[in-house]
Amino acid sequence: MDILYLLIPLSVALVFFILAGLWWAVNQGQFEDIEAEGERILRND
Amino acid sequence: MKFANAQATVYNDTVVRQFAIMTVVWGVVGMLVGVIIAAQLTWPELNLGIPWLSYGRLRPLHTNAVIFAFGGCGLFASSYYVVQRTCHVRLFNDKLASFTFWGWQLVILAAAISLPMGYTSGKEYAELEWPIDILITLVWVSYAVVFFGTVGTRKVRHIYVANWFFGAFIIAVALLHLVNSAAMPVGLMKSYSAYAGVQDAMVQWWYGHNAVGFFLTAGFLGMMYYFIPKQAERPVYSYRLSIVHFWALIFTYMWAGPHHLHYTALPDWTQSLGMVFSLILLAPSWGGMINGVMTLSGAWHKLRDDPVLRFLIVSLSFYGMSTFEGPMMSIKTVNALSHYTDWTVGHVHSGALGWVGLVTMGTMYYLIPRLFGQKKMYSVKAIEVHFWIATVGIVIYIAAMWIAGVMQGLMWRSVNPDGTLTYTFVESVKATYPFYVLRFLGGLLYLSGMLIMLWNTLKTATNGNAVDVPILAAHIHMTVPAGASA
Repeated sequence: MDILYLLIPLSVALVFFILAGLWWAVNQGQFEDIEAEGERILRND
Repeated sequence: MKFANAQATVYNDTVVRQFAIMTVVWGVVGMLVGVIIAAQLTWPELNLGIPWLSYGRLRPLHTNAVIFAFGGCGLFASSYYVVQRTCHVRLFNDKLASFTFWGWQLVILAAAISLPMGYTSGKEYAELEWPIDILITLVWVSYAVVFFGTVGTRKVRHIYVANWFFGAFIIAVALLHLVNSAAMPVGLMKSYSAYAGVQDAMVQWWYGHNAVGFFLTAGFLGMMYYFIPKQAERPVYSYRLSIVHFWALIFTYMWAGPHHLHYTALPDWTQSLGMVFSLILLAPSWGGMINGVMTLSGAWHKLRDDPVLRFLIVSLSFYGMSTFEGPMMSIKTVNALSHYTDWTVGHVHSGALGWVGLVTMGTMYYLIPRLFGQKKMYSVKAIEVHFWIATVGIVIYIAAMWIAGVMQGLMWRSVNPDGTLTYTFVESVKATYPFYVLRFLGGLLYLSGMLIMLWNTLKTATNGNAVDVPILAAHIHMTVPAGASA
C-alpha cells in the first residue's frame, strides 16, 4: 500500500494548512462580535 | 496598488446570469439522461443496439452532467453572486470570470461528446480523458483566482461564512482533481492512471468521497448559509455554530473514502479508519443541518406560503437524512449487507436529488428573478407545483431503492442448510424489476419538475431584462484589511 505514503502525509500537510487558515482568521479578528455578522447580510446588499 | 474591480460601481452579474441559466438547462439534460438509463435498466432493449446509447456509456454522462454541469454551474453562479454581495466589491477579473464560464461549458460539451463515444479513463466521477482534465485544471485555477481575488479585495472586514465554504470547496477540488487525474497519456484520447490496482482504487475513492464532501457538500453548504437567511429574512440561527460547522467539517472530511472499499484488497485497518472518520462526520453534518433549519425558528409560518423557502428547508432535511444514512452504511457490518446493492444508489440519490438538487433549485428561484430585474419568478404557482412533484419523485425513488437494496442484500447472503446459495444472481435481478419501474417513475417526476422550472426560468428571463446592480456603499464596518490593498 505504497499509496498511503502519499495520501497520509498529504492529509497531515492539509491539516496544517487548515490550522494555518484558522490561526490567520482568529488573529485577524474574523471571529470578534460574531453574531452581528450573521445579521449584516440581511441589512445591506 | 488598486485593482480595477475596487473602482467598479456595479456588480458583475453577467457571469452569474450565464451560469444560472445553464444550471437549469444542464439540469434538464442531466436528469433526462438519468431517466433514460433508469428506463434502460428496466427495459434493456431501449439501448436500441446503438453503442452510443448503451448504459455503460450513458451512465457516466448522467453523473457528469448532473454533478459537474448542473451542480457545477449552480456553484459557480451562487459563489460569484455571494462573494460579490458579501464582500461589497465587483468580481476580481471580468475576463477571467468570463473564461470560467465558456471554459466550463466547453468541458461539459467535450464530456457530452467523448463519453458516449466511449472515451473514458475508467475512474468513477473522473472519467474524462487527459486533454479535458487539463482544460478543467485551467478553468479551476481561473475560478480560484477570481474567487480569492474578490475575497482579497473585499471592502468588508469580515469574510462571511458562506465564502469559507466556497473557498474550501475550490481548494479541495483542485487538489483532488490533480492527484486523482495523474496519468500517462499514450494517445490523444487515451491514458493510463499513474496508480495501479488497489492503490488506484484507494486514490479513486479518496477522490470520490472527497468530491462528495467538498463538491457536493461544502459548496452547497455555502449556498445554504447565504440563501436560507436571505429568503427567510432572518440571520442564521447561530453564526457561531456555522463557524464551528465549517472548521469541524473540513478538519475531519479527508479520510472517509475507504468506506467505499470495505471487504476488498485494501488493508483492513485502512477500511476501519475510513469507517471511523465517516462516523465522526455525523456530528458536524447534523450541527450544520440543525443550524440551517433552526434559522426558521419563530418564523415557521413562512414555510406555509413560500415555496422557495420550502425547497431550501426540505433540502436540509434530505441532507440530514443522507448524512445519517451514510455513516450508518459505512459501518462494516451494515456495509456487508448494503454494498453493491441498490441501497447505495438510493442513498446517493437522497443526497443528490434531495439535498444538492433541491438546494440548487431553491437558490436559482431566489437568484433568477433578481438577475433579470424582477421581484419574483414569472409563476410562483409553478414553483409550488415543481416542489411537490420533485419531493414526491424523490420519495418514490429512494423508497424503491431502499427496498430493492435490502432485498438484494438479503437474497445474496441467504444460504441453504447445506451451504449452497438460496438464490441465483438473476433471481435477485428479476425480483428487483418492479422497483426499477418505480425508480423510473420517481425520476420521471423529478425531471418533469425540472422542465417546469425551465419554462418558468425562460418566462422570467424574457419578461425581465438584465440590469446592473450598484455595489453597496461602504458602511461603518468597512475597513480594508492591511494585506489586501498593499
